Amino acid sequence: MSTVVDPSPGTVAAAPASAELNKDSFKNKVHPDWCPGCGDFSVLAALQTALFELGLKPHQVVVISGIGCSSNLPGFINTYGMHTLHGRSLAVATGVKLANHELKIIATGGDGDGFGIGGNHFMHTMRRNVDLTYIVMDNQIYGLTTGQTSPTSRKGMKTKSTPHGNVENPINPIPLAIVGGATYVARGFSGKQKHLVELLKGAIQHKGFSFVDVFSPCVTYNKDNTYQFFNPKVKALEDLGHDPSDLHKAMDRGYQWGEEIPIGVFWKRTDLPSLEESEPVLDEGGPLAFRQLGISDEQAKALIAELL
Amino acid sequence: MAKVDFAIGIGGEAGQGIATPGDILARIFARRGLNLNAYNAYQSLTRGGHTFLTIRASDGPVRNMGDKLDILIPLNQDTMDRHLRLLGAGACVLFDSDKIKPGTPAEGVQLCPLPIKQLTAGNKLAANTVAIAATLQMLGVEFKALEDALARIFKRKGDAVVAENVGFARTGYDYATSNFKAFPFKAPNLGKGNAVLTGNMAIALGGIAAGVKFYAAYPMSPSTGVLMYMASHARQLGIMVRQVEDEIGVMNMVIGAAHAGCRAMCATSGGGFALMTEAVGMAGMLETPVVCVDVQRAGPATGVPTKTEQGDLWQMLGAGQGDFPRLIVAPTSALDAFKTIPELFNLCDQYQCPGLVLSDLLISEGTTSIDPKDLNFKPKIERGEVIWPNGNGNGNGNGANPFGGATDNSYLRYKNTESGISPRAVPGVPGHIHVAASDEHDEDGTLISDEFTNPTKRRIMVEKRARKMETVLSQIAPPNLVGPETAEVTLVGWGSTEGVIREAVEKLAAEEGIVANQIAVRWIVPFHADEISHMLTRSKRIIIVENNQSGQFARYLRSETGIAAHGHIRKYDGEPFMPHHIVNAVKDQLSGKTELSVPEHEIFV
Repeated sequence: MSTVVDPSPGTVAAAPASAELNKDSFKNKVHPDWCPGCGDFSVLAALQTALFELGLKPHQVVVISGIGCSSNLPGFINTYGMHTLHGRSLAVATGVKLANHELKIIATGGDGDGFGIGGNHFMHTMRRNVDLTYIVMDNQIYGLTTGQTSPTSRKGMKTKSTPHGNVENPINPIPLAIVGGATYVARGFSGKQKHLVELLKGAIQHKGFSFVDVFSPCVTYNKDNTYQFFNPKVKALEDLGHDPSDLHKAMDRGYQWGEEIPIGVFWKRTDLPSLEESEPVLDEGGPLAFRQLGISDEQAKALIAELL
Repeated sequence: MAKVDFAIGIGGEAGQGIATPGDILARIFARRGLNLNAYNAYQSLTRGGHTFLTIRASDGPVRNMGDKLDILIPLNQDTMDRHLRLLGAGACVLFDSDKIKPGTPAEGVQLCPLPIKQLTAGNKLAANTVAIAATLQMLGVEFKALEDALARIFKRKGDAVVAENVGFARTGYDYATSNFKAFPFKAPNLGKGNAVLTGNMAIALGGIAAGVKFYAAYPMSPSTGVLMYMASHARQLGIMVRQVEDEIGVMNMVIGAAHAGCRAMCATSGGGFALMTEAVGMAGMLETPVVCVDVQRAGPATGVPTKTEQGDLWQMLGAGQGDFPRLIVAPTSALDAFKTIPELFNLCDQYQCPGLVLSDLLISEGTTSIDPKDLNFKPKIERGEVIWPNGNGNGNGNGANPFGGATDNSYLRYKNTESGISPRAVPGVPGHIHVAASDEHDEDGTLISDEFTNPTKRRIMVEKRARKMETVLSQIAPPNLVGPETAEVTLVGWGSTEGVIREAVEKLAAEEGIVANQIAVRWIVPFHADEISHMLTRSKRIIIVENNQSGQFARYLRSETGIAAHGHIRKYDGEPFMPHHIVNAVKDQLSGKTELSVPEHEIFV
């Protein structure tokens, strides 16, 4: 078995100068297996464009998902990827980020993955303000399991698990994220891809936990929340004169639902340090993952002295 | 043979300050070079209840709490009432005669009443100091040792507090000199110092020696000591320590950190491990090296959080759905745990799989002395086939296309190699882009679980992962048969029972004329089935000793070797075995009385 020596403290390698990025640099050889017309195609394209336009290199980015239709995304983008367990993307993503804080981390998934089975991690990753971007492709239904109610399914919605209509109240992810401690909270719509690119670029550049909830219609199982449903209703917050630094207005806009449904950046603050910035262990020495293993003789001596 | 071997029991309510005198005594004995073992029987309370600490010290090896008490220090009436009956001739009991009434002791037990009010001028906090001072005097320990220990402990509180405590100690010491009969033996000073630590500290230190850079946990008795040690040393050692929202998050976070290249570890107890198991399977599928310690407590469900058991063996064996390679090891002592963690990390890194450690409350919350020379912080480090961003091992990617990997097949993360081990690129390396997927995947990481489902590819990947384990057995040491090959009985145990079985074997020979030998199993997976079968087929009578009700190891041994033991000694009352439990059970079984012994625990706490 070959042994690879422990790396000296290093950084994520810069790409050779000869490597030219182009629009296709983030395309993967695997084509998405989503249904034709699925909103997730647009989210994938927007993410690829955002990464390209930000000048990021594919090997410097890790896209980490849970399980579900939308969670197949890492397999369709040319970056490092992890396709983890149902609901666990944020916990895994936090581990990757803390081990190598020089990587750009994008977590992706659906509403069931993030707000249902993964709800606990969602709450705690927000309050920790981990520097990563979380994109939820919110189709208000469980698609991969062929159409059951989700945490964001509207009250009254008929699904295969609520044939008489959903009697439960849905989660509203926007106020939840604002209250939960996310420091960049936005909503996009698959039908407005250019707008979504700008939201994602803002999210990826944001230092701290950025959350982008995207209306990403399921054309197969959700007959209520379709492109036709959203198209006439969505209004860009920037066109509505919204100030994303105003907490109370952000909450009001978050609760707005009806003939006008706002999309855009609801809430943003830059005055809080991210988790990596708050943890002195990361102050110097580069990514933990590439630091020399073990402790010095002096450190060992000190540990033993405590025991005597 | 040990010349001195004595045990002190201190009991009272939780919150009465049993830990401090226990710590003072343990450190004084260890500083004299004595070996020791301390076991604290306690309850899930911060106040009240009954707590009983047993400290045993000897100039010979001390592998468990032992069978007898020589000195009893009851801090309340309840302790006196419960434990006086355990004392035999030669023992003594030191107590506050102002508030505790002695019962009728056995003949030859010395009652040592301490008029605490008079000796401490009414200072309630000083009672414990007086009692340990008197104890040390009777053990022939010079006063200076106690003075130094008190100075160390109360240093932070200022000179006045030190002086006050030294004064009370002096009073207790002198009172014992003039009123009590000293022991016929002395606690000798062997002229070398031993380290004193708990098993949980040893586990944390093992991780530190192995190069752990990421430690995550959710507090859970009896594993929390690992978290506390890691947290208090994190900044000085450059270790990322995180308390996570639940154990599901813990294991997933640890996998993320390990995937990125850190040596990452976590510890929990059985209930927390149950929550982690889906992710343990993910580590198997992603082929991520992680180490998880399960400090077993009495189960099931919440069970008895402060009591010990070896009840999680099958949970470990069955953790996670599906088949995947894993390593499982059950260290036999705190020192063994310290040495095992780096060994396990090396194997996990080489074989790219999860490594699970079965500790238990007995090891983890027990206190032992260790010769500092045995604490090697420079163990061999073997990271296996890893591709790092600085170019090391950069042999099989696509140098011409730094963004390659996912767009071409120049790098195959899950390459179907002969060994089954595929070189692992960490994120950030140009030319090695891939997805690590918990879905079944092809060699390049592409999912074959959905539209590309393919029975041939699925079989190849299952076999690739399984094949990794073919060589691991040759890297680890098989257990030894300790004692004469021709013994009448072979006692088989696993994990934490090694020490108590060893003492039982010695006692059987010395006191009962019964020749026994012993096999202490550490490695559960992989299992040395051939070596163990070879030893057992020559045994006249096999008795398996374990701390659970259903005989989990007995079933496992049978499944791996086809060997069914002749007899079983099982204990599942929450307390650990004492040597005489095993001695008496072996006698019963040899005389044909029974094939299943369940010893009764005489000390009620």
